[in-house]
Amino acid sequence: MSALLDVRNLRVTFGGTAAVRGASLTVEKGETHCLVGESGCGKSVTALALMGLLARGGKREADALSFAGQDIRNLGERDMSRLRGDRMAMIVQEPMTSLNPADTVGSQLTEVLRRHRGASRAQAVDRAAELLGRVGITAPGLRLGQYPHQLSGGLRQRVMIAMALMCDPELLIADEPTTALDVTVQAQILRLLAELQAEFGLGILLITHDLGVVARIADRVSVMYAGEVVESAPTAELFAAPQHPYTRGLLTCVPVPGKVKRGEPLGSIPGVVPRIPPGFVGCSFRDRCAYAHAACKHDIPRQHAGPDHEALCTLPPGWTDRAAA
Amino acid sequence: MSVTVVPGTGAARRLLRNIGFVVGATIVGVTLIVAILAPWITPYDPFAVDLVHRLVPPSFMEDGTPANFLGTDQLGRDYLSRLIYGARISMIIGIATVITSGIIGTTLGILGGFYGGRMDDVVMFLITARLSIPVVLVALAVAGLLGSSFILVILVLGLLLWDRFAVVARSTTMQIRTLDYVSAAWCAGSSQASVLLREILPNIATHLAVVATLEMALAILLEAALSFLGLGVPAPLPSWGLMIAEAKEYMFFTPWVILVPGIALFVLVLGVNLLGDALRDLLGTDLNR
Amino acid sequence: MLKFLLRRLIVAILVALTVLTLSFALTRLSGDLAISIAGPNATQQDVEIIRQAYGLNRPLTTQYFDWLVRAVQGDFGESYFFRDRVANLIGSRLPITMTLGLVGLLIALVVALPLGIIAAVRENSWVDRTVMMVALIGQAMPSFWLGLILMVWLGLNLDLLPISGTGGPEYYVMPGIVLSFSAIPSLMRLTRSGMIEALSSDYIRTARAKGLSRLSILVKHAFRNAAIPVVAIAAVQLGFMLGGSIVIESVFAMHGVGYLAWESIGKNDFPVVQAVVLVLALIYIALTLLADLLNAVLDPRLRTA
Ligand SMILES: Nc1ncnc2c1ncn2[C@@H]1O[C@H](COP(=O)(O)OP(=O)(O)OP(=O)(O)O)[C@@H](O)[C@H]1O
Ligand SMILES: [Mg+2]
Repeated sequence: MSALLDVRNLRVTFGGTAAVRGASLTVEKGETHCLVGESGCGKSVTALALMGLLARGGKREADALSFAGQDIRNLGERDMSRLRGDRMAMIVQEPMTSLNPADTVGSQLTEVLRRHRGASRAQAVDRAAELLGRVGITAPGLRLGQYPHQLSGGLRQRVMIAMALMCDPELLIADEPTTALDVTVQAQILRLLAELQAEFGLGILLITHDLGVVARIADRVSVMYAGEVVESAPTAELFAAPQHPYTRGLLTCVPVPGKVKRGEPLGSIPGVVPRIPPGFVGCSFRDRCAYAHAACKHDIPRQHAGPDHEALCTLPPGWTDRAAA
Repeated sequence: MSVTVVPGTGAARRLLRNIGFVVGATIVGVTLIVAILAPWITPYDPFAVDLVHRLVPPSFMEDGTPANFLGTDQLGRDYLSRLIYGARISMIIGIATVITSGIIGTTLGILGGFYGGRMDDVVMFLITARLSIPVVLVALAVAGLLGSSFILVILVLGLLLWDRFAVVARSTTMQIRTLDYVSAAWCAGSSQASVLLREILPNIATHLAVVATLEMALAILLEAALSFLGLGVPAPLPSWGLMIAEAKEYMFFTPWVILVPGIALFVLVLGVNLLGDALRDLLGTDLNR
Repeated sequence: MLKFLLRRLIVAILVALTVLTLSFALTRLSGDLAISIAGPNATQQDVEIIRQAYGLNRPLTTQYFDWLVRAVQGDFGESYFFRDRVANLIGSRLPITMTLGLVGLLIALVVALPLGIIAAVRENSWVDRTVMMVALIGQAMPSFWLGLILMVWLGLNLDLLPISGTGGPEYYVMPGIVLSFSAIPSLMRLTRSGMIEALSSDYIRTARAKGLSRLSILVKHAFRNAAIPVVAIAAVQLGFMLGGSIVIESVFAMHGVGYLAWESIGKNDFPVVQAVVLVLALIYIALTLLADLLNAVLDPRLRTA
């Protein structure tokens, strides 16, 4: 049985610049896969590329890109639009500007159901009101008749979440969906997502900066750096035995899952994400890496540190254990 | 990327790569030269009536003669010669109107934009009032009352077409008023007049140049319309609008009589507009950088 | 919002008063109106009679306030030439001009909106460049000349439409086309830039993420936003078109207020000229107010603020 979402070696370029240079990940039915990494490493571009929603000028290539067993690489806009919003939904990162200012919240919510399910107006309104309630919005009836500018950032973000869930999608790609929300609301949303997972087997690709959230809900974590997925592992394993020096850097403040406080920043690593020139070979992290050596300037092997644990690094698997010993 | 852009040369190069600019500049340039050299390059006296050779078609048409390249009008006057003198009238009207209206509009706009408050309210009011006045109608009425003349057309159009200058001068002045170097000059104790003239004016000049092209095009069109209606440039001056009016009676039999001056008018106005569009594009990219 | 509209209303009233004053001043430009009315062949005595008859011997301020008070009541005096109330004359001619203006605006919208949208969707393609070229051509076209060309071509050669005159719907087609040329370029540019802005916005990405159809994305989401300023500008453009109707009405011999004004200028019939200037200016002022109102109604951010 193939994965719900299977991405092999995804590459995205904007003109001459490469925003994503090789991202591979899978999301199983009912699984939560978290994507983490510093700002600008290409998380949002990856998410948009999966949905086929890249901005003008963005070019997508991949060795494999399949959704529910269907190759969606060469799917036309028309066929893609049938999947989007229905079977694969996305919550974008910018809730403030992502709602149409000239249209009511209700109309923007209901049109999803009406388009994909041919629902009647009344049915769609009921569904929208129900979902607004479930994402913690009081007086949904009132909100449905309002315009986006009448809603706070937190409310808009929850409307975006509700919008993505209108058709009970199989896959949800959520780009930092809870940044504008306070702790209790965030907890409520995460609980809602967990319920949907249990109920319908919803697969989630969650982009977040919040390691607390990762520790709490992720089944699997992928770490991105400069457009590449440099490490991917089941959550517990990644927290317990990070392979890539970059992952270790991210986790320095949070070595043990469960002890993480919410909102804690990722560990800080000296230096900044470099701009990767075309034709670059080797490890993109080598200039900031304390363990860099000559081999880092050549092709980097994909190493297995466990049955389900991959890292893109020249260091031998399990080197951290030895270093610690 | 380490591409250093020298503003002057970069701008010039980009302009030359812009087809619209090249075409527009050529049209306007040629018209300007023709207008200036009119007395020396016209084959005939544009006022010389020759009743024997009336409405001779252009030489490239059937029955045309090589003697009159664009034919002759209903009084046997050489069309090419009249067209060339007409270019003179259009160019003078266009330039003189732009200067008059440019001075009025820019002054008002800078005052409103720079001082804000009451001053700005007054300027905005004047702009609103001006826009509500139907230009052609008022220009015609004035000409009807005072008797039409070349100078009157310039004056009336100059006094009526300053609104866009004022709008653009006002908004651009507002934008740069708060910029560092203006405040710096202000703090360094420069007089108000010198801040306005030395810091503000040069910096909004490019925007004003774009407006100038638009207004010049409009002035040329309006003059032609006024003359066409018989209340612009008086006969026998060969304004293109007047030429079209005089040829109107014959257009059903010999359509070329209105085509020749009409196309000239259209092409010149198109050229001026192309020039303005190219300038605006150039400004647009400048603003984005 | 209400405060803003109230402020606009006050400004509009002030502008209207200014225009009233200006249209009075306009007829006094020549110095002695009585001489102008009497015409070149009049004797000194004729001039004196006219001066008496029209109250031109009174002090200028008295004349001004008299005109102001009457004009506010809709009384523009009597035409010297038509021997009729000016208000009646304008009342009977205005429907023709208004119809012509609306026909022109309709044609302009039918042409400008689709072209502007197509240009935006295909930004920077040859389609876009062609559409922008059309805008430039429209801008450079002398309206009276275009009118004559159409008369020769559609009227005479193809014999499709009446060449000129006032009459049924078919008489409005050619003048309407010519009039629309003055509004098409700006409406098209505004539609295009509004659509380009809308199409690159985050909410369009959201609409695509929801899997909406292309038509729904273009019309319901992008155009709905782009149309707000276009509708407002269309109202203002109608005002400009009515102001410019004098040229087109004279070319096509349509007996609207523009034609009336043109005739009256030729006959030194100043009460009529004065009143037409005033009426067209007032209509323009009303249309700009309408534009603000439409803006407020169409833009939820203004409406509910
Ligand atoms: N439309 C675009 N055109 C050109 N470059 C782009 C575009 N969108 C993104 N990029 C580039 O792609 C890179 C990755 O951006 P992305 O938005 O994916 O980062 P991110 O990981 O989501 O960061 P954050 O955590 O801040 O959201 C950035 O360097 C950005 O400049
Ligand atoms: Mg992002």
